[in-house]
Amino acid sequence: MVDNPLTKNIDMSRPPLEIAAYEAADGYQSVRLIAKGLSPEDVLQQVKDSGLKGRGGAGFPTGLKWSFVPQGDDTPQQKYLVVNADEMEPGTFKDRLLMEGDPHLLIEGVIIAAYAIRASKAYIFLRGEYVASERLLRHAIDEAVASGFLGNNILGSGFDLELIVHTSAGRYICGEETALLNALEGKRAIPRAKPPFPQVSGLWGKPTIVNNVETLCNLPGILTYGVDWYHGLTKGSDHGTKLFGVSGRVKTPGCWELPLGLPIRELLEDYAGGMQDGLALRGFLPGGGSTDFMLPEHLDTALDYDEIAKLGSRLATGTMIVLDDKTCPVGMVGNLMKFFAKESCGFCTPCRDGLPWVEDIFRDFEAGRGNEKDLQILHDHVDYLGPGRTFCALAPGATAPLGSGLKYFKEDFERHIKEQCCPYKH
Amino acid sequence: MAKIVIDGVSYEVDPNNNLLQECLSQGLDLPYFCWHPCMGSVGACRQCAVKQYLDADDKDGTLVMACMTPASDGAIISIEDEQARSFRADVIESLMISHPHDCPVCEEGGECHLQDMTLMSGHNYRRYDKKKVTHRNQYLGPFINHEMNRCIACYRCVRYYDDYAGGTDLSAQASHHHVYFGRQADGVLESEFSGNLVEVCPTGVFTDKGFSKHYVRKWDLQSAPSVCVGCAVGCNTTPGERYGSLRRLVNRYNSEINGYFLCDRGRFGFDYVNSEQRLKEPVRLLDSESRTLSSEELAATLAEFSSSRAIGIGSPRASNESNFMLRCLVGDENFYSGFSDTEHGAVQSIIELAADPAFHCPSISEIEQADAVVILSEDVTNTAPRLALALRQSVRNKALSLAEDCHIPQWQDAAVRELAQQQRSPLCILSSYATRLDDVASDTVIESPRVLSAIGFAIANKISATAASSDGGATEGYGELIARVAAQLMAAKRPLVIAGTTAGDTDLIRAAANIARALQEKRGEKPVDLCLLVPEVNSMGLGMLVNKENTLGRALEKLSSGAVSHAVVLENDLYRRADSGVVDAALSRLDNLMVLDLLDTPTTAKASVVLPTTAFSEHEATYVNYEGRAQLSFQVHRNHSAAKPAWRWLNGDQECDVETMVNRCSSEAKGFDKLGQLLPDPAQFVAGMKIPRQSQRYSGRTAIKANLNVHEPKQAVDSESVMAFSMEGISAQKDAAFMASSWAPQWNSNQSISKFQEEINGKLKQGHTGTLLIKKLADSGAYLQAESAYPDVSKGSLEVVLAQQIFGSDELSARSNSIQERMTDPYIGISPADAQAQGVQHGDMVSLDGIDAPVVVCIRSKMRTGVAAIYCGNGEINPHALPETISLGKSESAMGERGIRGLIISDVLEDY
Amino acid sequence: MSKQLIASSGQRARQLTAAEIADIDHEMGIYPDKQAVGLEALKIVQKHQGWVSDESLLAIAGYLNLPAAELEGVATFFNLIYRQPVGRNVMLFCDSVSCWIMGCEGLKAHIKETLDIDFGETSAEGDFTLIPVPCLGDCDRAPVMMVGEDLHRNLTTEKIDEIISHYRRGEGGE
Ligand SMILES: Cc1cc2nc3c(=O)[nH]c(=O)nc-3n(C[C@H](O)[C@H](O)[C@H](O)COP(=O)(O)O)c2cc1C
Ligand code: SF4
Ligand code: FES
Repeated sequence: MVDNPLTKNIDMSRPPLEIAAYEAADGYQSVRLIAKGLSPEDVLQQVKDSGLKGRGGAGFPTGLKWSFVPQGDDTPQQKYLVVNADEMEPGTFKDRLLMEGDPHLLIEGVIIAAYAIRASKAYIFLRGEYVASERLLRHAIDEAVASGFLGNNILGSGFDLELIVHTSAGRYICGEETALLNALEGKRAIPRAKPPFPQVSGLWGKPTIVNNVETLCNLPGILTYGVDWYHGLTKGSDHGTKLFGVSGRVKTPGCWELPLGLPIRELLEDYAGGMQDGLALRGFLPGGGSTDFMLPEHLDTALDYDEIAKLGSRLATGTMIVLDDKTCPVGMVGNLMKFFAKESCGFCTPCRDGLPWVEDIFRDFEAGRGNEKDLQILHDHVDYLGPGRTFCALAPGATAPLGSGLKYFKEDFERHIKEQCCPYKH
Repeated sequence: MAKIVIDGVSYEVDPNNNLLQECLSQGLDLPYFCWHPCMGSVGACRQCAVKQYLDADDKDGTLVMACMTPASDGAIISIEDEQARSFRADVIESLMISHPHDCPVCEEGGECHLQDMTLMSGHNYRRYDKKKVTHRNQYLGPFINHEMNRCIACYRCVRYYDDYAGGTDLSAQASHHHVYFGRQADGVLESEFSGNLVEVCPTGVFTDKGFSKHYVRKWDLQSAPSVCVGCAVGCNTTPGERYGSLRRLVNRYNSEINGYFLCDRGRFGFDYVNSEQRLKEPVRLLDSESRTLSSEELAATLAEFSSSRAIGIGSPRASNESNFMLRCLVGDENFYSGFSDTEHGAVQSIIELAADPAFHCPSISEIEQADAVVILSEDVTNTAPRLALALRQSVRNKALSLAEDCHIPQWQDAAVRELAQQQRSPLCILSSYATRLDDVASDTVIESPRVLSAIGFAIANKISATAASSDGGATEGYGELIARVAAQLMAAKRPLVIAGTTAGDTDLIRAAANIARALQEKRGEKPVDLCLLVPEVNSMGLGMLVNKENTLGRALEKLSSGAVSHAVVLENDLYRRADSGVVDAALSRLDNLMVLDLLDTPTTAKASVVLPTTAFSEHEATYVNYEGRAQLSFQVHRNHSAAKPAWRWLNGDQECDVETMVNRCSSEAKGFDKLGQLLPDPAQFVAGMKIPRQSQRYSGRTAIKANLNVHEPKQAVDSESVMAFSMEGISAQKDAAFMASSWAPQWNSNQSISKFQEEINGKLKQGHTGTLLIKKLADSGAYLQAESAYPDVSKGSLEVVLAQQIFGSDELSARSNSIQERMTDPYIGISPADAQAQGVQHGDMVSLDGIDAPVVVCIRSKMRTGVAAIYCGNGEINPHALPETISLGKSESAMGERGIRGLIISDVLEDY
Repeated sequence: MSKQLIASSGQRARQLTAAEIADIDHEMGIYPDKQAVGLEALKIVQKHQGWVSDESLLAIAGYLNLPAAELEGVATFFNLIYRQPVGRNVMLFCDSVSCWIMGCEGLKAHIKETLDIDFGETSAEGDFTLIPVPCLGDCDRAPVMMVGEDLHRNLTTEKIDEIISHYRRGEGGE
């Protein structure tokens, strides 16, 4: 049995596996199990038992989420599964790998999830810029339809599923699951209030599950090789493997499937090859642009949801952005703030009007116009834009690098003020 | 009821509401922007943050948005908590980042919710020193200004305009801090309810264009509680006057009628009051020369009319008091209807039906509760606009009940809409042409009048076989629809049947009554909602005052016969009520015709005596709305010409106050005995002090006439009213219905109304909502039979139905400047097939047989072939001169200046 | 096609092409309501025309019977709907954090110098429009940009010169 279920078929030097080769590598076994009589309840139970947590950022247990979909005759018969393939978080490059490397794995995951929640229609909400993913997914879907894995009465199971690729017109907020639903409905992608959760009233008001690409790619392995096998993959308290990426000035940036629970140092030094020559590590964002900075002293922490949370950051997408000692931390945070300010949907006040102010202040710092008053305003905004203050999690995401950056790189902010310029530019 | 604790104090609250609404209901001050009392919550602005604690042991608590949190039993919250306060101050700081410093020149200043909330939230120093975001403004038509730089992106405008009022041409655009609220391109805002944006916007983005042109501060307006005279709904308004001209008109909250919203006819249709064409002097035509009457001549003239057994013709746009005084002057038997004959009959049957215990005539707020509606050919958007807005809310009852099933609170506005998608409560519209409510209708039937009334009778018959059956031939093909609508009405919790007089077919009223009666018979118990609409502000009052037999036709006959020498016409243009030839013939036989009116009309042109009367804002008066609800409207300002309330002229120009008039009418006129209840009880007023019409901050009083005389002028005494033309007195805190305008400490904007409501959206504390005059009979009546005769339409001709326009069909508002910019020329709406058959194209000018004025052809894709919908304009065409069927002839005339550009109907085929 | 008289803004809808209509009709089978198709139609028209003009927007509104204002609200919300004309090749230049760390600002300056355009501008020859785009999800090969549908990774100034001349020679796209 394999220990890299997500990437076992991936070799980016060649096109992804066609359906026959994919099937030969244990592919679509789970669909055959379903055809043999595995019930939706069984699937749900196995996924619950597997302990799989969502890989889209929030880390919510997948099985539990599915169990909130109302089932029974007196509930809406139309239910939807939506794949969140909007990957746009700065520094995140894992779902692209899965879709371009092994599209059938995602399709198989979709079938399993849709079956478990009894959805007869599924949409892949795909980032518009991912044109290669779109092409490969469409091709793979055609193959799956031709082989009877998608469409009506899948392999004689009585289960119908239509899978549609929807390409986004582009905005980071579309990754937020309720904004995504609005975008899919052709509306402005403004997040929705929760409750009601999409599980109860989602796409076109119908019960809907939104899952991340990587989350769904975990499902075929769980069903094919079993929960015990899945539990055996990990090195820490969370189950399964995960894609981890490293970007920044390291020797060999990249993305690897590794068991959860590996020490960060191993990822950075063994896989990413350590820092480029002449550079030292200043800090890193462990899971994409909306996680808190961690420092070299945290390198021995395990890549595990809880361990990282203990240090005030989040594992989130598992794609690490590395800050070296020749790059300005103020500039790096400023870059992120510009991103968040521009990608705010404009619905709630703190995010809409607070982030541009923060962005402006960073621009002033860069241009040598930093001052104490503005530094205070940055500090104020960490609280002001924090969790529970805004309508959705976009602005709180921005406060993660902002707050931790202000804390860990205090002297850099002060030097910008004192020297009235960016000290890294000289 | 639930118990919650706010800052250590226990309150009993309604758990079905959210915390913000309940805090405000309790009279607490909690700032907010995006929430609106009748639009629910979306949680956008984040201004209403409070601290919520899990239990008594929780010392930290979490910040929550009060508007997005249910007021559940046991909730413990704090408004005063330091963290909550400072978060609210931060929110207002960010809202003000790009807000211009233009309060001194902003029309909203002094009644700006943003100003109020800024102070309340404690933001008074601008730390922001970066570049502000600026926007381009749009031209939005004659009613509304656009100043986007003032926007704080609360999303209320689009939520009101699109979600609440069903508009489609205003939207939120762009994103992040560039969000923009406007049209796709410059152009007139299409909704008939656009004016409410002025009040819905918490700051000065959407302002009243007419008011801006001649602007004064809210506190410098002289105001009084008034009633709109635009149609029979009788919305409550607050007009404001300065320096002798009426400057603007805003909504006055009435929980049973208009709530928070008016239509644009009502809001913008008042400035005929300021018109140069107002009649100013009493004039008599002597030796073919008109002369202003001296006071002696005037007295003599009045005496002459009162002693000459004159005929009096009343008016549905005149007050009860004026109609009543005319009736007193000429005597019951000589007091005639001011309606057309058809309308007279219709109004009389409506009054009869209103007394039937099987029916209940619903108020606007009751209409909002209807969950299945059938409209029989009354184009409510154009005849009783506020009611159309209520119907848009009624179709949402389906969504609300779905939400309840899913445990989604009703105030979760976006969630409820998302859940329901396009599912709505049934609304069936039977009409001869497409209407503005079609977008929310479950069924629209576009048919000839004969078929429409047959369908109406058939629905009743379907519900109860005892009801008269209808012409089976006419309803062919509609069997399924009839069964469906009947079933929907039967299944509903609160079904509603609507008809009215403007379609001109009294069979529709009979059919509507039959449907409601059948429902009542089958459902038992409670009376069924039957809403029968009359067209004008006091159609019901006039109908109740005039004898059934005294039709206008009889009066004109009598005049033509030469049997009388004198006639008095009260605030009425007879050329709108009967065929011009017939009116001419009747008036030409008279020796003396006295016409009382405020503006010149074709009828005043025929008068030998013209007496100028005051407009609605210049006198105190009562009117009876479509429900039979009498309401008192106060005088706002004085008319400085010789104009007087008509009743005063008719009373021989005697000194006499309104109260006496109301009391007389109440005791002498049958059916009016409760009218007196409208008068304020002197015991309510502190130390007998009057209620000031001017605010405590009213400025420039001593300077007003400084160019003439620096002495402070004596305050004018209003001996008649409980209100004073002054800032002195005690404002009516005790009875909100007598408030000159709503204000409470820290609440200078219209949002202050919450301080006067028993609870949010509830009744005004001790507030008058009017008095229902109709007394129910003991027994209900019988089913009615079809009576109307319909023309046989020969080949090549078209059956005529009349179309109404919100801007134009009402005589007085049509003489207001901004309304005129929205008016269209008279048009004839025909189907594409008929256009082809008649060889005419969209925009062609055609003549109609027997009618002088040409009309524009308007091809409507949803017109029934063989039927023509004719809009007569503002008196350009006399509807009573139109034959029942018509054929078109090409006309050489050019199109009028307006063309048909003002027309907003969904089924117009081509732009012109 | 029904148009509302008073909405006239001097602008008129253009005629949708048969190909556009065919593509839009196809989407109608995929989505249960017209509003969803509206956003798809914007993308379709952009695919055919390069951008979405007012005339195109009104045409879509007319064809789907959706309010133009609502469509405008959607069109202006999303990054990848262009409401202004763009050049023959759109450069989606990633300016997010990983690319920034890897020196994308210098590359941006280089493009600016070479083509004389800033973000949001189109080169004088009309061949390139430069638009910043959030993280393209290829951070291990930063700096990155897309030109048309092609992804270009591990950018350097030399590579950018090559890319520009490549597209100038008309060899871009598939
Ligand atoms: C601003 C914002 C952007 C997000 N972007 C993504 C994204 O691109 N992809 C994704 O899978 N989840 C994203 N999420 C998380 C989703 O809202 C959601 O939690 C996730 O799709 C759930 O899937 P999972 O349970 O499989 O993790 C985003 C959340 C926020 C607040
Ligand atoms: S935090 Fe508010 S403005 Fe920002 S993206 Fe979320 S809802 Fe939109
Ligand atoms: S009023 Fe509560 S968030 Fe706006």
